[in-house]
Amino acid sequence: MSAASIDTALKRTPLYDRHVAAGAKLVPFAGWEMPVQYEGVKQEHLATRATAGVFDVSHMGEIATSGPDAEAFLQRILSNDLTKLQTGGAQYSVLCREDGGVIDDLFTYRLGADAFLTVTNAANHEKDFAWFAKQAEGFDVTVEDVADQYAMLAVQGPQAREIVGAFSDGPLPDRFTCRHKMLRGKNVLVCGTGYTGEDGVELLIDPADAPMVWDEVVRRGAVPAGLAARDTLRLEVGYHLYGNDLMEERGPIEAGLGWAVKEDTGFIGSEAVRAVREAGPSEKLVAFTMASGIARQGNAIVGGGEVTSGTMSPSLEIGIGMAYVPSEKATEGTELEIDVRGRVRSATVAKKPLYKK
Amino acid sequence: MADASYPTELLYHSEHDWARIDGDTAVFGITWYAQDALGEVVFFDPPEVGSSVSAGESYAEVESVKAVSDVVAPLSGEIVEVNLGLGDTPENINNDPYGDGWMVKVKLSDEGEIASLLDAAAYEATLS
Repeated sequence: MSAASIDTALKRTPLYDRHVAAGAKLVPFAGWEMPVQYEGVKQEHLATRATAGVFDVSHMGEIATSGPDAEAFLQRILSNDLTKLQTGGAQYSVLCREDGGVIDDLFTYRLGADAFLTVTNAANHEKDFAWFAKQAEGFDVTVEDVADQYAMLAVQGPQAREIVGAFSDGPLPDRFTCRHKMLRGKNVLVCGTGYTGEDGVELLIDPADAPMVWDEVVRRGAVPAGLAARDTLRLEVGYHLYGNDLMEERGPIEAGLGWAVKEDTGFIGSEAVRAVREAGPSEKLVAFTMASGIARQGNAIVGGGEVTSGTMSPSLEIGIGMAYVPSEKATEGTELEIDVRGRVRSATVAKKPLYKK
Repeated sequence: MADASYPTELLYHSEHDWARIDGDTAVFGITWYAQDALGEVVFFDPPEVGSSVSAGESYAEVESVKAVSDVVAPLSGEIVEVNLGLGDTPENINNDPYGDGWMVKVKLSDEGEIASLLDAAAYEATLS
């Protein structure tokens, strides 16, 4: 139970001082020193569901893709159909290896006819950028690592739009759209996206302006919330976490992300993914609820399969999680037995999202 | 949550557990330091009444939102009672670690082990 020592080589976001002042517990995460919680995970989680939470997600990376072939290039590497993405739109997709394994899951924003911004997971950013750069050969496209140019805040919850809208020049963009707005005179890319299952916005900000925006949203009632609450919130609504529920060794169909995969576009990995879709995956990622106790990542399912995410749900007050199970066990209502550190506990495959309003 | 405290009437094990000794029985729990390090406790997995525990070995698990931790027995013996109330209110381990957050009552098998435990001052010294 000793406190983890913080490596001085860890990167800090522009909001580090705000986190320290707010009493955050800071932990090493994907090379960053990040707030895992402030007052308490449960409180931050429930505040996000009830009013609004603000999350510093500046550790996430950004890649800018521009040029005449930008759309064709992204269509070649991203699983979703980029040609359906209008200017000012946001689209979820996965980045696949040739064999269909998932390199990362990403949101891409179309800022113009030939200009896109893609947000990467912090732990995958360098790997993703290297993949983008390698695959860009032969395309008339410029791929830039612009992670240092952006801080990112997520304001999530039923009051999130009201809180951000109160110091914005006019209405905020709808869900899955993005627009440049002036927030107290500062240019911010406001995106109607998030990772909590709540309405809200994600803000891509010049790092120098991030403390001002943080202070404004906190002053207007958003509760500072850490990575731990972000994790319990996303798990309640069945969103995938790369490194837990998504990995290079498994494909998007197994992960239940077939909706974000359009094989007809011919993206890298599409043939492998098509083969899995047509044959049917041998295993599937399911959500589950526990009868008692909490299963954790790595716990084995009796008879095959493994838990990839598990926690106590602050909203439901039961253990919940996600697991890869043999496909025949993936139907809703199937009883699972999970080996939780040597004790077999019962769980039930449940429909996503586990938490509904 | 209350401030850090280490009641002087208790004895402590270096793995952040306490014992309240009453004749040949003792009540066990985890210390203020342990519950603070864990964060919000959301589940207590108790042992069965009648099972044996050994000093320095795990007899139960306590889970916070993100982590699971073993709870170590400060002394050896047989479990004669379990705090079943923690099933519904595991947060008592945070809110009242020396009171409603108690975990088990044990009939001691070797009262000689008591001499190996730390008093409050000696335990606190290990935390600094």
